[in-house]
Amino acid sequence: MSDSKTNMVAPPEGVTGEGFFATKLNDVVGLARANSLWPLPFATSCCGIEFMATMASHYDLARFGSERVSFSPRQADMLMVMGTISKKMAPILRQVYEQMAEPRWVISVGACACSGGVFDTYSVLQGIDKVIPVDVYVPGCPPRPEQIVEGVMQLQELVKNESVRRRNSPEYKELLASYNL
Amino acid sequence: MALETAYIQEKLTQKFGNKVLNFAMNRDIFSFEATPDAIHEVIRTLKVDEDLNFHFLTDLCGVHYPDNDSQHLFAVVYHLHNWVENVRVRVTTYLTDENLEVNSITDLFLCSNWMERETFDFYGINFIGHPQLKRILNMEEMVSFPMRKEFPMEDSGRTDKDDRFFGRTAQNL
Repeated sequence: MSDSKTNMVAPPEGVTGEGFFATKLNDVVGLARANSLWPLPFATSCCGIEFMATMASHYDLARFGSERVSFSPRQADMLMVMGTISKKMAPILRQVYEQMAEPRWVISVGACACSGGVFDTYSVLQGIDKVIPVDVYVPGCPPRPEQIVEGVMQLQELVKNESVRRRNSPEYKELLASYNL
Repeated sequence: MALETAYIQEKLTQKFGNKVLNFAMNRDIFSFEATPDAIHEVIRTLKVDEDLNFHFLTDLCGVHYPDNDSQHLFAVVYHLHNWVENVRVRVTTYLTDENLEVNSITDLFLCSNWMERETFDFYGINFIGHPQLKRILNMEEMVSFPMRKEFPMEDSGRTDKDDRFFGRTAQNL
């Protein structure tokens, strides 16, 4: 037997009895979603290199249930935008976001994706939140893998606490409408 | 015998007269001007003449000189290279604001296709006879020519460069 201890995710709050466990559907769905976020890396520059380190053995994003990097937007839950997005690239990013199935989340990694960074110029999109809604911003130029992992963990908190009905709510529809999505 | 700059000058002056001018060594490259109506023929001569043999187009680009007089506001610069003799020349043609067009040299050098598109993209210089003169690097919806000096460098959509956040306002309000 190996001595390694497996870290299991703690169960949500609920009532335990003999042979049963009762909890809220929201919590169970949230738990399942949060621990199997399939990332879609949209890496356009140096933040993408940091993401490669994040996925590799040393930092190992797989520990958080994100080992399955999806290169098809249709099977991804979490769009990770890493790097400078030029204005010419913006419609493509938007199309990728549109192709993702609900529920979908977006992490904006690095200064360029968050605000344009040092590229305050005619050709660069001044933050991806100009074209798609963003859930978590990771600052840094580029951020260290720890920061990217922290961003993913922050997103996991959001996902855990999200109501299963949020995507049907008028607020959410209004948010998408504000982006013409 | 190496290809002498005096020989190039003599050969071109003989053929084009006062349409080629201002011959000079400029930063180690032999440079001269050609008028826009003659530039295509000058480059063709440089390429096909057996003695000159400038068969390689290194670069083609535009320049905007907003402070120059109205006859020298824009320039198109051609860099040519003779690989056999290892000699380079720089040919400049100046364009006016009203008549911002020059003959395309895509029939002489295929590689000039993208370079002319790029020059059009950034300066709005029209290359007559170009097979597909449309934007190459910038997004197609763009209406301005961003490398012209009157065009602002910073993006107007920037929202986080607020002076309040940098302590640049008096009361930091």
